[in-house]
Amino acid sequence: MTAIDQSSLTLDPEEAGRVRQERLERIGRWVLPLAIMILAIWFWDRVCVWNEIPKYILPRPGVVLQTLYDDAGLLFSSLLVTLRITFLSLLLAVIGGVGLAVLFAQSKWVEMSFFPFAIVLQVTPIVAIFPLINIYVNNQTVKLLLCAWIVAFFPILSNTTLGLNSVDRNLRDMFKLNGATHWQQLRYLRLPAAMPYFLGGLKIAGGLSLIGAVVAEFVAGAQGQSSGLASRIIEAGYRLNAPRLFAALILISLTGILIFLVLSLVSHLILRRWHESALKQER
Amino acid sequence: MAQAPMTASGESPMLLALRHVGKVFSNGVTALSDVDLAIREGDFLSLLGPSGCGKSTALRLIAGLSTPTSGVLDWRGSIDRSNIGFVFQEPTLLPWADVFDNVWLPLRLKGISRAKAMPAVTEMLARVHLTGFENAVPRELSGGMKMRVSIARAMVTKPRILLMDEPFAALDEITRFKLNNDLLELWQDERFTVVFVTHSVFESVFLSNRVVVMAARPGRVHAELAIDAAYPRDEVFRTSPDYAALCRQASDILVNAINTSAGPHHDGH
Repeated sequence: MTAIDQSSLTLDPEEAGRVRQERLERIGRWVLPLAIMILAIWFWDRVCVWNEIPKYILPRPGVVLQTLYDDAGLLFSSLLVTLRITFLSLLLAVIGGVGLAVLFAQSKWVEMSFFPFAIVLQVTPIVAIFPLINIYVNNQTVKLLLCAWIVAFFPILSNTTLGLNSVDRNLRDMFKLNGATHWQQLRYLRLPAAMPYFLGGLKIAGGLSLIGAVVAEFVAGAQGQSSGLASRIIEAGYRLNAPRLFAALILISLTGILIFLVLSLVSHLILRRWHESALKQER
Repeated sequence: MAQAPMTASGESPMLLALRHVGKVFSNGVTALSDVDLAIREGDFLSLLGPSGCGKSTALRLIAGLSTPTSGVLDWRGSIDRSNIGFVFQEPTLLPWADVFDNVWLPLRLKGISRAKAMPAVTEMLARVHLTGFENAVPRELSGGMKMRVSIARAMVTKPRILLMDEPFAALDEITRFKLNNDLLELWQDERFTVVFVTHSVFESVFLSNRVVVMAARPGRVHAELAIDAAYPRDEVFRTSPDYAALCRQASDILVNAINTSAGPHHDGH
């Protein structure tokens, strides 16, 4: 555990090999994917040049980058619209997922009665539900939010429910012995114990809420009322503006990656002191 | 320092009597059958027996975590859950909370604020030799230290009776001896009653003034052995011929109990 200055140590060949291996792996984790990406982009560029593909079919990477820069105002204002739906729906998914999980945790009977319906909501494709939402809901933002929420809330509900039910039996007895109320048991034992599970669900839900927002815009965008990134993509598709289409796509991907990284960081910061998943391996 | 009550029976007032207590689980297993046991104030009583003899079940009944199928638990004097401390086989700590918060927990559940609990928690941590570890989380502690936190948590409410379910079984011998000594020291200072479940003859003889040997299938009291050696007991006692003789005596009773435990339909001896 204690930091040791490795340079002052004489290591046997096995240990030295292990140190070398670890250092290589640490570098490789970043360098390899980066190298492959650069290679792929170079290859993409070459394919365009070699086959003289017109830019309305497949634009060269440089053109996409240029479009990203030229259309920045348009694209980023659309990104903001999509992000607003994404984060609002993620927030609602957290509130709804955790709220329902806490409700389920109150009694096995409640969980048994309602959990199947949560699954029904989860397994029905959102694209198939949307026409119904379209009929019953007037407000565009509410429509999109509802869509993204249905997609994102399930992992949070399912994981948090699992976490709330995964409390050590002895700990539960210990709370009982000390005369803990139902509420105290939830507050001091079950919710903290469910935290790693909830954060796992949150990481999945973060990506799903972006997907949900984009899909909802796609379906709703057919009515031409939305101005999120998805409608930019549809619009660019109609106009054969492939560079902008690619630029919007890249922007969505980057956003997804960013959301995942931020949520991973949040999870790490919360769990780093006590949970196995956040601890460095010690030999 | 007050001397712990001597073992002469009838000197200390009765705290709890188990009368004809039986427990049958829903799967048909008879965990306990017709158990009679008198626990007096200030006793250090060990329940010693092979696995399956119902000693943990007896402890859970006393703690109120389970109810007897037959018989009664007769508590003398007013005693409620807050008068009972329980130490589990594992430390059973909250992994996300630091040492202070873990020990504070029983008081916190009674609505006592951090500031108000501070003196009691600090004192208890000093009693189990953990001063300076207030801010460590369980994973940063050794097995023995975690068990000390667990004992501190059980004792922070000043219970009249401390129930311990094989608390040191998972520890190495050196750590176990040290915790045995510290537990005795704590017991002599505070004069609470201990019911200590163990499968170690040596541990039960070293710690207790009464060893109750149990037999299995069904779980029942087989015999009782009074350990009349004076307290405080220390390393001198641990290496004395008296201790060895008592251990032999307890061991003989235990072997006897195990032999009577093995029914015709179980793996024999």
